[in-house]
Amino acid sequence: MFEVLRNETLAPQVHRMVVRAPRVAKARRPGQFVIVRRDEEYERIPLTIADADAQAGTITLIIQAVGQGTKDIVATPAGGFLRDVAGPLGKATEIEKFGKVVCVGGGVGTAVLFPLAKALAEAGNDVVTLIGGRSASYVILRDELASFSREVLVTTEDGSLGVKGFVTAVLGEILADESRRPDAVYAVGPVPMMAAIAKQTRPYGVKTIVSLNPIMVDGTGMCGGCRVTVGGEIKFACVDGPEFDGHEVDFAELAERQNTYKEDYCRLDAQLDKEGRQ
Amino acid sequence: MSDKSLTAKERLAIERTHMPEQPAEKRARNFTEVNLGLAEAAAIEEARRCLLCKNRPCVQGCPVGVRIPEFLERIAAGDLRGAAEILRADNALPATTGRVCPQEKQCEAKCVRGLKGEPVAVGWLERFVADWAMEHLAPPSAPTTKTGFRVAIVGSGPGGLTAAGELARLGHDVTVFEALHAPGGVLRYGIPEFRLPKAIVDREVKNLQAMGVKIECNVIVGKTLTVAEILREFDACFIANGAGLPVFLHVPGENLKGVYSANEYLTRVNLMGAYKPQGRTPIARGAIAVVFGGGNTAMDAVRTAKRLGSTRAILAYRRGRDEMPARAEEIKHAEEEGIEFMFLLAPLEILGNDDGWVRAVRLQRMELGAPDASGRRRPVPIPGSEFELAADIIVVAVGTRANPLLTATCPDLKLNKWGNIEIDANGMTSIPGVFAGGDIVRGGATVILAMGDGKTAAASIDRYLRENKVARR
Repeated sequence: MFEVLRNETLAPQVHRMVVRAPRVAKARRPGQFVIVRRDEEYERIPLTIADADAQAGTITLIIQAVGQGTKDIVATPAGGFLRDVAGPLGKATEIEKFGKVVCVGGGVGTAVLFPLAKALAEAGNDVVTLIGGRSASYVILRDELASFSREVLVTTEDGSLGVKGFVTAVLGEILADESRRPDAVYAVGPVPMMAAIAKQTRPYGVKTIVSLNPIMVDGTGMCGGCRVTVGGEIKFACVDGPEFDGHEVDFAELAERQNTYKEDYCRLDAQLDKEGRQ
Repeated sequence: MSDKSLTAKERLAIERTHMPEQPAEKRARNFTEVNLGLAEAAAIEEARRCLLCKNRPCVQGCPVGVRIPEFLERIAAGDLRGAAEILRADNALPATTGRVCPQEKQCEAKCVRGLKGEPVAVGWLERFVADWAMEHLAPPSAPTTKTGFRVAIVGSGPGGLTAAGELARLGHDVTVFEALHAPGGVLRYGIPEFRLPKAIVDREVKNLQAMGVKIECNVIVGKTLTVAEILREFDACFIANGAGLPVFLHVPGENLKGVYSANEYLTRVNLMGAYKPQGRTPIARGAIAVVFGGGNTAMDAVRTAKRLGSTRAILAYRRGRDEMPARAEEIKHAEEEGIEFMFLLAPLEILGNDDGWVRAVRLQRMELGAPDASGRRRPVPIPGSEFELAADIIVVAVGTRANPLLTATCPDLKLNKWGNIEIDANGMTSIPGVFAGGDIVRGGATVILAMGDGKTAAASIDRYLRENKVARR
């Protein structure tokens, strides 16, 4: 059992939870994730470790409650317990000193981006962070990112904060301007956003790293459910990733695989709504 | 009471009993266990068939060396407690092996009665006694004298649990680290409920805990902890983390929706309970399921597909019926349940529909050529024999390889060219005090061979500790 020490709302349906998991906190490096199971009979949900405090034995998770599994997890109050927290899983981000780096986060992808951007800044990179959300209330971690980024640029679809539109428009301007063009781009967000960014950076030859979140079960390379095609080869996102060269990823296949259980989850949601959520 | 008075002639006159089963029609629609277990009278009668051979060939056929004639003799005498004590002393997971061992290739293959007629049903009797013991006997207790040595076990599958039981019995302080959220390894995620009920696995694990074995789940050695960190806290370590890396077919279309590795398919159903009405983990279902492979895992997957509602559940194997490595009883049960077998076929391509789901698989017919390294005749493609088979679900059960998660973080561990850990005659790896066994050493094998490794390693670890280490207290 893993105790929830804090649980706060960052944005609509987005929670920051601090969980006691000493072994994970000690071993964890940026870019890695845990698999969380709320209770018996619940699903195993992969979640990026946003931050960790090895001394205190705690990890921080930033969770967007989209499906039943994540809704159940964020419904656990401080003082409550998560049945299982396993990790840290996946490869840690290979932090290099590139020079200029643009870190792009879309929606809750910003939470995954946060530890990477922080580590890149700590390694001496000049980090510009570009984050987008549906509207102002969906833009998360802006102040936290500002503490180590040279600049934090914001886009919202409704224009309620920052530039109106998508992150890709702003990134396009940065790429087109030779003086601002980065040596590397890190992009984390919905699959269409990462696909679009990889397409944008390709003509400029800018190295582009994306962090993928395919469907997973065990997270240890045992099931292969999270397989993605990267450079024409099958890779398992849980052990070979979650970060890959965005120019090599087959995003169309990934998007298809992501919606394998769409109907099952809709049915489960409807069923639980009818029964009254626990 | 003893039953040694029975003459050989009288013993020979008794015919092999039959295992009561759920009717095939009914069980193909549920996940309840197929075999119902022997009644006591039938078990005693079956045990009386044993000729109590002096040279005990059956024991040599058993990878964990269960004293088979001795426990059969106790059953024949009606002394089930005595039988259980022998069984428990020799086998850490008897209710499991009684259900999943390929007895026809081991103890029963060596049974003298099999030379002319049918061997004694050792597996069914093992199951009978183990189940009786679970019902009637208190769990085994922890030994009163402790050695003060601490041993870590990586993986709570059959190999790890067996080693844990043996080491705990010898008075060592044993901690088992399990990567998943529940102990049992392949017994939990791989073997379906209808063949090995999870309540049985729970009971076996509880028995080990009663002996003092500690089990810590959610610890992925290689990630949460490294072997080096383990060696700072423990006096010895046994690695039995299995061969958890699925092999795919490497044909086009393999990443379409509806294509699973057997590991994923079975894990979703067995570990995650996707078959239960209240289960929250989804699994794709479809009218036609095609499973590739010919081993026990393929058999488990195809029978699972049938139970999940497929009207056609097809097992497609690239060799012939005689080359199938699956247990004889599983093949028989599968046939009774209406599983379709297609032999000498190899997949060329998986075809999808506009929504990205599987719709068919293109196959090629094969014929058997000259024997390969395994001694089995190698399948050779027949040119021009390609055809399409409609399919909604495809499960790939063509084997597993060594999962590099642990070994990648332990560079001192010597591996063979397939990534399996190399061990010496005592089961010790290239790192002193670190032993290994089961599928991470052998590649994909069986529950009982992993258990045999666990038992052997436990004896070696015990000797290693006594010879090389000073107890911490």
